[in-house]
Amino acid sequence: MDIFVQQVMSGLATGGIYASLALALVMIYQATDVVNFAQGEMAMFATYIAWSMMHAGLPYWGAFLATLVIAFVGGVVIQRVIIRPVEDKPILTIVIVTLGLLVICNSIAGWVWTYLQKPFPSPFPREPIRVGNVVFGAHDLGEIGVTLVMLALLFAFFRFTPLGLAMRAAAQNPVSSRLAGIRVSWMLALGWGLAAVFGAVAGLMVAPILTLDPNMMGGIQIYAFAAATLGGFTSPVGAVVGGFMVGIVENLVGTYVSFIGTELKLTVALAMIIIVLLVKPSGLFGRTHTRRV
Amino acid sequence: MGAILEVEKLEAFYGRTQALHGVNFAMEEGGITTVLGANGAGKTTMLRAISAMVKTKGAIRFGGKPIDAKATEQIVAMGIAHVPEGRGTFVDLTVEENLRIGMFARRDKRHASRDMDRVYELFPILRQRRRQHAGTLSGGEQQMLAVARALMLGPRLLLLDEPSLGLAPLVVREIFRILRAINKESGVSILLVEQNASLALDLADHVFLLETGRVVLSGTSDVLKKDDAIRRSYLGY
Repeated sequence: MDIFVQQVMSGLATGGIYASLALALVMIYQATDVVNFAQGEMAMFATYIAWSMMHAGLPYWGAFLATLVIAFVGGVVIQRVIIRPVEDKPILTIVIVTLGLLVICNSIAGWVWTYLQKPFPSPFPREPIRVGNVVFGAHDLGEIGVTLVMLALLFAFFRFTPLGLAMRAAAQNPVSSRLAGIRVSWMLALGWGLAAVFGAVAGLMVAPILTLDPNMMGGIQIYAFAAATLGGFTSPVGAVVGGFMVGIVENLVGTYVSFIGTELKLTVALAMIIIVLLVKPSGLFGRTHTRRV
Repeated sequence: MGAILEVEKLEAFYGRTQALHGVNFAMEEGGITTVLGANGAGKTTMLRAISAMVKTKGAIRFGGKPIDAKATEQIVAMGIAHVPEGRGTFVDLTVEENLRIGMFARRDKRHASRDMDRVYELFPILRQRRRQHAGTLSGGEQQMLAVARALMLGPRLLLLDEPSLGLAPLVVREIFRILRAINKESGVSILLVEQNASLALDLADHVFLLETGRVVLSGTSDVLKKDDAIRRSYLGY
């Protein structure tokens, strides 16, 4: 039982990372019907920027906040400069552009920072926290906390601010939004900025566990896809719940199904994607729009 | 009162297809003008041209200022509210959120809450349903919401694209009654595109008739109601 609780907790911790990245994917998908394959690599890139700032002597939380700001600006710039020119091209064109972006981010990171693994600090204490027989990693708990705070902020932003409302409107009905005076194109850019922020948080939280290297986010991105698919790809809440579920399932299966262990864990994510797509393509929280003809 | 909207030699294009061929007209501040015409005559394009939703050539002036080079968002901010064909409802947002979106472009937000109350007075059903998702409203309620959303801008000019489409006659009559009241009380000018010619002619003071992208007839509705061509083609008696 103790092992079970412990595995669930660490599942929640990695799940928080998947949830953040999945949320980033869903935010862009909802607004533009585009899956941003470069989301993970953008997050990795942001994490390297944080590493450089800490290396230069900035304290952890200073570098953390500065990285989020840079990620936001970077996301907006990428949308304006790279995505916007192909906005009204066929979906395949945009997909290829994001794949190109993935390769570019990865190569530039390798070129600037080399492919050697770099240890990345955690802002949380090293000593594990003991409750009865169960041991919680402090980083795990801190990570869950950071994820939940970010989610709460995002929720409040979308729910209670006029700008958040305008972004939701632009995602839902661009034509009508323009007629209400909303600058839809800028709302999409803001969406890319926010998505980049959530990606960066995922990167910053996972780097202490995996150690930083240019391919760090490859696996995470697949888990995030699984999370977003499970949640339905159209629902932010779904992405978050999906993220935590994927984290937990991955951990439990790795622990209790002996032949899977740690080597085949990624396969679990792929299997989840396939099962969801076969059984319930709209996911747990996704909406399917039926239209009367 | 002067002209609120002047259109000169207006042409509009969808890609290479030209939909308007040199339309000229003007409408008075505080007036209600209706555009009649068969399907494909260019009525919707006319409204979309004013809101810069299609590519155009020619001059459009709003309150004396040229707007033909401006972007949709800027034109809306100047006080032109456009209720599009199909109502443009944000179906996954609540009724109240829909109304708040209508407020987004208004410059003077001081009277916003008073205006929301006013809109709820005009459409009491919307107040009852204000926490509901707009997608759950009936067609007539969604049309009311569309008009209400447009009013939240505090517009000087209201562009309405077929508000009667697909609605029961009683509901249509109710909406037209409210439109008349809005025009009377707050002096909002209305440019109305409508298939239901007899209702439109009753509401409007001026009418013009579009045929394949050209104005073929225009005048006051009192005169045109008696015009034989209009009577036979659009009123059916």
